[in-house]
Amino acid sequence: MASAAELDAPTSPIDTFRAEVRQWLAEHFPPSLKHKDNAMSAVDGPTELSAEELAWKEAVASKGWGVPSWPAQYGGAGLDKAQVRVLNEEMGRIGAWNPIGGMGVMMFGPTLLEYGTEAQKSEHIPAIANGTVRWCQGYSEPGAGSDLASLQMFAEDKGDHYLVNGQKTWTSGGQWADKCFALVRTDKTKKHEGISFLLIDMDAEGVEVKPIRLISGSSPFCETFFTNVKVPKENLVGREGEGWTIGKRLLQHERSSLSGGGSARLFAGKPIGALAKEYRGEDDKGRVPDQDLRMRIVRHEMDSRAFALTLRRAALEAKSNQGPSAATSIMKNVGARITQDRAELGIEIMGMNGLGWEGEGFSADEIAQTRTWLWGKAVSIYGGSTEIQNNVIAKRILGMLDHQ
Amino acid sequence: MAVLNEEQTMLRDMAREWADNEAPVSAFRKVRNAAPAEGYDAAAWRAMAEMGWAGIVVPEEHGGSAFGYLSLGMVLEQLGRNLTASPLASTAAAAAAIALGTSDAAKSDWLPKIAAGEVIATLAIDEGPVHDPANIATTVSGGTLTGTKAFVAEGDSAQLFVVSAQDGLYLVSGDQGVTRAPRKMADSRSHAQVSFAGAAAEKLGGPELTQQVIDLATAALAAEMLGMAEQAFAVTNDYLKQRVQFGQQLSTFQALQHRMAKMFTELELMRSAVEGALEAIDAKRSDVDQAVSLAKAVASDTLHLVSREMVQLHGGIGMTDEHDAGLYLKRARVLETMWGNAAFHRERFARLNGY
Repeated sequence: MASAAELDAPTSPIDTFRAEVRQWLAEHFPPSLKHKDNAMSAVDGPTELSAEELAWKEAVASKGWGVPSWPAQYGGAGLDKAQVRVLNEEMGRIGAWNPIGGMGVMMFGPTLLEYGTEAQKSEHIPAIANGTVRWCQGYSEPGAGSDLASLQMFAEDKGDHYLVNGQKTWTSGGQWADKCFALVRTDKTKKHEGISFLLIDMDAEGVEVKPIRLISGSSPFCETFFTNVKVPKENLVGREGEGWTIGKRLLQHERSSLSGGGSARLFAGKPIGALAKEYRGEDDKGRVPDQDLRMRIVRHEMDSRAFALTLRRAALEAKSNQGPSAATSIMKNVGARITQDRAELGIEIMGMNGLGWEGEGFSADEIAQTRTWLWGKAVSIYGGSTEIQNNVIAKRILGMLDHQ
Repeated sequence: MAVLNEEQTMLRDMAREWADNEAPVSAFRKVRNAAPAEGYDAAAWRAMAEMGWAGIVVPEEHGGSAFGYLSLGMVLEQLGRNLTASPLASTAAAAAAIALGTSDAAKSDWLPKIAAGEVIATLAIDEGPVHDPANIATTVSGGTLTGTKAFVAEGDSAQLFVVSAQDGLYLVSGDQGVTRAPRKMADSRSHAQVSFAGAAAEKLGGPELTQQVIDLATAALAAEMLGMAEQAFAVTNDYLKQRVQFGQQLSTFQALQHRMAKMFTELELMRSAVEGALEAIDAKRSDVDQAVSLAKAVASDTLHLVSREMVQLHGGIGMTDEHDAGLYLKRARVLETMWGNAAFHRERFARLNGY
């Protein structure tokens, strides 16, 4: 919403910008696509775009508004924070959505802008900005999960190229990706300092991708095998041995997008109290009849309300230059807890219908509830598990030390 | 921390500095041991009044600063950190009732004196040990009020009572027809049973005003709880870094680190919920009732967790009267119970949300 000051000064630059955005959206966003973004595309894979969706995507890309804060020379729009806020507000106002997304936008792009060479930025950033190249993340390995720095995939120096051998796992969207940003080992004698950040073509010879079927039935992650894959030297980001620093920076972008950025989705959908009344009816006082369930619904709703207030507070604190809010460190864990509690309550409310797998006898919402519940178990594991986040809070925020 | 304007920042910093220098926990311990009838240090209260704190929610035309509820909450938070005993929360809640009420005479008679710290005032709502504002036996007829109120905070020293009766909220001043019986409680603060037998009463408003005032008082209380929880947590975190067992600081044990991380997480949510309620009041939002129930439920649960962990993680020393942990634990349970515990506010929140 525009502040009073903005409304009082119709000729201020930000107000002019708002008017421009509003007009452009009116001309380019088809009302038929209102709220129709595919929130599950990261899990279920990209869908074939309709002509309308494609036109919308190309229109946004041509303005650089898919990545509005990125520099215009690389396909962004070079907007400042206030302008990005206005853009988001105006899009939200009419149910428009950003058609440019994925790991390139959320994590890799911001990292490459910081650490990449001019040539690397010119080559890769515009293709992320216009949504034509899809990136995946090559971090975890079978033996390197929470202890990521123990990764083994080796990139051997062959003069003009690296020869890469090893295996990555939990490669999100690996089967749909064009390129992979990977952490590889270039020095076996050092742990953290032996890691480098390398960009690998997924269609290079020797790259093999096998989707992993999850308990939810979907396969958003893959095992990716690298056998004698030749990677040009110019695909190294930063220096050899600098990969851990760059990779951690990227994880900060990941965590902020997993909590703050994705939070709008947490509060979407039917309130769980209303769902309970729909399935369970109400007693003579208008309450959900199962008092135990009802109280757990309240606890969950309060938790999620307090979380929404915390997201808002952290955003305001960051904006008012109080520095980054300590509250951001709790976002991943609380977001995961709320997602999972909501899904558990959802299936409980629906009874057997909340456990339907496929076929006759269940509504689409009920099947989705089952799948959402199962998929949601990943949220407290990926992107730094709840336990790892607790380590981070204890050590970085509370100043507690490592066990000797 | 909420985003503050310049006045609010100055107020908060001043309150923090004053509380740390002039009213550390040792000051509360002194009050407890001396056990004055009024339950607080009169000199400390005078100092607070001189700094203008008694008038934070009093309108400017009646001698206050009208800084609002977020400001009041920030001061109470600082006092809560050090368990400072003062009649500020009770007096401010009563002042709010008068300021929101319909009696102009009450406003001009009492608000300037409250703002100057000359009059201690309080709310007298509940009639039993469990918060139940819907069950009020107190009645008023012919301008006199009759009924008995339980566990009235600052009831030992208050000269002015804002009393709920079946048909709304009344103001009773002085001692005519008023009998007090002290109730010595675990937190060593002032609570009294106050009986009104035909006491002269002036009407402030109907039952909606009663509920509105309870909400304001509850939000202010939650701010005091926030300060207590933050400090109880900070003291515990420091202790874990000092205490050595098995040749290690306790703070290096992951089992304890994760308990602290969990508490830190809840504290961040608590701060958002409490500040959210105070901001909702200042913004005169229509969902103040929900915001307040959220704040009090989250505050009660979190302070409960932090105060019991404070004792547990300190081990034996936390069980001794010499240590402060017990002081936090005892005050925590009183504030959790006052104006409705977490269960009360969850029930209310569910009802307000239609399920």
